[in-house]
Amino acid sequence: MSETVESVSALIIQKLLANPKVPRDIDGNCKIMEDLAFDSLAVMNFVMEVEDTLDVSVPLDKLADIRTINDLATCIVDLKNKG
Amino acid sequence: MTSLFSKFDGTASALGALVQAGGRNPFAVVIEKPISSTVGVIEGRETLLFGTNNYLGLSQSERAIKAAQDAVGKYGVGTTGSRIANGTQSLHRQLEQRIAAYFGRRDAMVFSTGYQANLGMISTLVGKDDYLILDADSHASIYDGSRLSPAQVIRFRHNDAEDLHKRLKRLDGTPGAKLIVVEGIYSMTGNVAPIAEMAAVKRETGAYLLVDEAHSFGVMGEKGLGVAEEAGVEADVDFVVGTFSKSLGTVGGYCVSDHPELEMVRLNCRPYMFTASLPPEVIAATMAALEDMQEHPELRTHLMANAAHLHAGFHRIGLNASRQVSPVIAVTLESLEQAIPMWNRLLDLGVYVNLSLPPATPDHRPLLRCSVMATHTPAQIDQAIEIFRQAGLESGAIAESAL
Ligand SMILES: Cc1ncc(COP(=O)(O)O)c(C=O)c1O
Repeated sequence: MSETVESVSALIIQKLLANPKVPRDIDGNCKIMEDLAFDSLAVMNFVMEVEDTLDVSVPLDKLADIRTINDLATCIVDLKNKG
Repeated sequence: MTSLFSKFDGTASALGALVQAGGRNPFAVVIEKPISSTVGVIEGRETLLFGTNNYLGLSQSERAIKAAQDAVGKYGVGTTGSRIANGTQSLHRQLEQRIAAYFGRRDAMVFSTGYQANLGMISTLVGKDDYLILDADSHASIYDGSRLSPAQVIRFRHNDAEDLHKRLKRLDGTPGAKLIVVEGIYSMTGNVAPIAEMAAVKRETGAYLLVDEAHSFGVMGEKGLGVAEEAGVEADVDFVVGTFSKSLGTVGGYCVSDHPELEMVRLNCRPYMFTASLPPEVIAATMAALEDMQEHPELRTHLMANAAHLHAGFHRIGLNASRQVSPVIAVTLESLEQAIPMWNRLLDLGVYVNLSLPPATPDHRPLLRCSVMATHTPAQIDQAIEIFRQAGLESGAIAESAL
């Protein structure tokens, strides 16, 4: 697999910035719910978009442990390497 | 010290704003007295009820009322125990057999609510290595069941069989059983599941399928068995979950299945085991309501005709109402500034509907959830449409130019 935590994190940030409500200065350490003001439904819906781009499914129980953009990237890279 | 209650600050200020904007707390409406299945007294006024789940009007069934009265006289008012201890009376087994027979299934489990039926079935059926595949717009009871289960939980896009297929395909080769969970009619929007397509995906991928027919039982299909019957795919449904609290007008939940292992689910299912069973009068009333439903298929014909009547009326007056005709019709509004005054005005003018606010709505816009009953008269529906027109114009939800 060619994806790394850095490349996935960059892709997530790029997708987030497509939403005009998201602050412009985000980085991998931003907390998705606190810093971006996403509620849990918005997080689930956003993750669905990332899943489709990267062809991976992130089980909801894993989402519970994810706080930052880098956490999400790490989780996705783990899932891809497993599969 | 941190206050235990600071987490409610957001809710409190949102509610304060709602009450200030509209003059009422929309979540504290009291129906002082039911006059009939379609009219209740609210704030001292007779109000048309267009926001219940009483699709067939059976909450006021004479047969069910009589059955409940007789049962109370014979058996008392409660069981004081769990289904697996002292809480199973012959009535409970009778109801299970009747529900199973009506669905043409091997057996049924009766739960104390539909919420518990979903919580219980979903949390018990899937284990640690298994996968639950849920529609993104699933009811809270389905999400809560998934949280109580140790399984991996994956969401697919609402009513999108292709997306379901894609997500199941991604799991190819993973160990563990897969259970797909969908609803028949979605309670907030009235959207009907494309169940034939879902069933095809299930067959192709070797998954199991659970369908929550909470809002479609008594409403769709020739016998009223729900969307799977209507689409002719009952054989593909492994588990039907449902509730007595909507078309049957009482309270309680159930699961029917042909899998003989249902008997083992009874002994592993915490929301079934660790709560008291339904009281005898509810069981008796439910059986009577089921008889009403079976003997009066015309109730479903009336219901669908009424749904079409209200649906056409909403579109005629320029409301952004659901596309599909179903007994649940959602009117989508653009903003809280429209929704709050409109909902309050409807109640002032004598129509009760449900107000549903983001984030609990699918697309972050407020909804007025309207539901029709078999027992609404054409005159009541026309009156409701006229009141919607007036409230819609006053609140800006209907543009003058649209008329
Ligand atoms: C889709 C769905 N499933 C289950 C339930 C729970 O039913 P009950 O009222 O019997 O707990 C509801 C109703 O709230 C529902 O809308």
